[in-house]
Amino acid sequence: MPKIATREAYGEALAELGEEIKDIVVLDADLSKSTKTSVFAKKFPERFFNMGIAEQNLMGTAAGLATCGKIPFASTFAVFATGRAFEQIRNSICYPNLNVKIAASHAGITVGEDGATHQSIEDIAIMRSLPNMTIINPADAVEAKQAVRAAALHKGPVYLRLGRHPVETIFDEHYKFEPGKGVILRDGKDVALIATGIMVAEALKAAEILAKGGINAMVINIHTIKPIDKEIILQAAECGAIVTAEEHSIIGGLGSAVAEVLVEEKPVPMKRIGIRDVFGQSGKPEELLKAYGLTAEDIAEAARSLRR
Amino acid sequence: MAITREKVEELTAVARKVRRHIIDMTAEAGSGHPGGSLSCTDILVALYFHVMKVDPKDPDWPERDRLVLSKGHAAPALYAVLAEKGYFPVEELLTLRKIDSRLQGHPDMKKTPGVDMTTGSLGQGLSAANGMAIAAKLDGKDYRVYAVLGDGELQEGQVWEAAMAASHYKLDNLTAFVDHNGLQIDGPIAEVMSPEIIQDKFRAFGWNVIDVDGHDFEDIIRGIEEAVNTKGRPTVIVAKTVKGKGVPFMENQVDWHGKAPSRQQAEEALKALGE
Repeated sequence: MPKIATREAYGEALAELGEEIKDIVVLDADLSKSTKTSVFAKKFPERFFNMGIAEQNLMGTAAGLATCGKIPFASTFAVFATGRAFEQIRNSICYPNLNVKIAASHAGITVGEDGATHQSIEDIAIMRSLPNMTIINPADAVEAKQAVRAAALHKGPVYLRLGRHPVETIFDEHYKFEPGKGVILRDGKDVALIATGIMVAEALKAAEILAKGGINAMVINIHTIKPIDKEIILQAAECGAIVTAEEHSIIGGLGSAVAEVLVEEKPVPMKRIGIRDVFGQSGKPEELLKAYGLTAEDIAEAARSLRR
Repeated sequence: MAITREKVEELTAVARKVRRHIIDMTAEAGSGHPGGSLSCTDILVALYFHVMKVDPKDPDWPERDRLVLSKGHAAPALYAVLAEKGYFPVEELLTLRKIDSRLQGHPDMKKTPGVDMTTGSLGQGLSAANGMAIAAKLDGKDYRVYAVLGDGELQEGQVWEAAMAASHYKLDNLTAFVDHNGLQIDGPIAEVMSPEIIQDKFRAFGWNVIDVDGHDFEDIIRGIEEAVNTKGRPTVIVAKTVKGKGVPFMENQVDWHGKAPSRQQAEEALKALGE
């Protein structure tokens, strides 16, 4: 399976959609080559606006464009989009429920060598706290491409979380992305592995590892973290044990969202795989995933511990 | 756009009504920001009653001129102007800041007819105005965008990000007002954190700069006329104003930034403003 970064799929999808949806405008904060909005910029220079290194104005301008019927995609790195411009997203985008798409690349620890300042491990938590916000974290390039279209068609703010690092392609051309709906990728009854983003591929590998030890794991892809698919989580709870996996802090992300559903509706033992409330560091993406416990083996071990 | 003697008288009468509403509204609400509402009243009246192309019967008319009240705490002034213009009943003004009211403490575009942008967190409005001005250019439409900023608000970094962008994208369909009343919550702007020299700063960012007396309709209109005729760059109109304008005991008094008058003080204020 080819490895493609979700940001690559974003750039491609955006340039395609630009043809079809004339109201799409794209804004970036001096990172268009990295976020891949440069593909759109090249094709539709009159609908691309580089705002320079000024993320607050990036979000505010996008909000203004949205009030006039445009569908702005505002892109920068996840850490700056959600951190630097949080209050602009809160007050100028989410509160008035404006049709702005925040497509943030370089999310998570696999940003790699740039180190902790650039590794966004809290963006999902931050965006989850905002009313009106939809959060999509695609697992591979195929899903990312469809998610860009879904985001454009959705009325209201969307946070699209994209990665820098190439990830394995899980889905084929028959895959149909449905916003808000989790996807069961593998059936099982002993434990449910609920994953998002690049951790979906790891969860699938973990299920293989577990199968060898006689544990039959269900694997679920949660691409839409908000609104969360309650039904599929309750279905997963039937397994009696749940492991969540995300390239994000264990605070406030997928693990928290799943736990919130379970604790109110159907408590079952669970473990959260994620970054354990620490900042990252420089290193190669694979090294970092290993160092911070974000591998298939870590997921499998968490599942085993719940079964013991 | 030139303004006649009769029109000045008409605007003066509207402004008096608006100022009376501001006093009544904040007194009734028991909170709010009368000082900065009174200082930008004449600017808003000039815009809505002489300059802007709007239709109160169709608040979302796509061709309309837009106004972003970046200094959102002056919401009472905006609401009073919108009500007098016919966007909603004048009686509704007294629901300001009350539960379930369409008139929130700070402007909410989804609740109040005629409000073009949700504001209140200072520093954010000019960016939104830029977005609207860019949209007009993209669509080849001739509507204009106005933003009203406070002078204390200029301390926010985002204002200067937006100032840079408006000039970079040559947004000559955008006119910003600075309501230069010289006071902010903690005291005179010059003492808290001076944004001076405001004109020089905007000029350095590539803007056309015009000074006006923010309480003189002829001067305000002259400024807007010049702004409309300026091509290739945005214009900022620095309007010298008096915080609390029209109510003698509020004028230039920093205490009246965010304090509502008592009923008795309101009566005194209304008497000073006249019928």
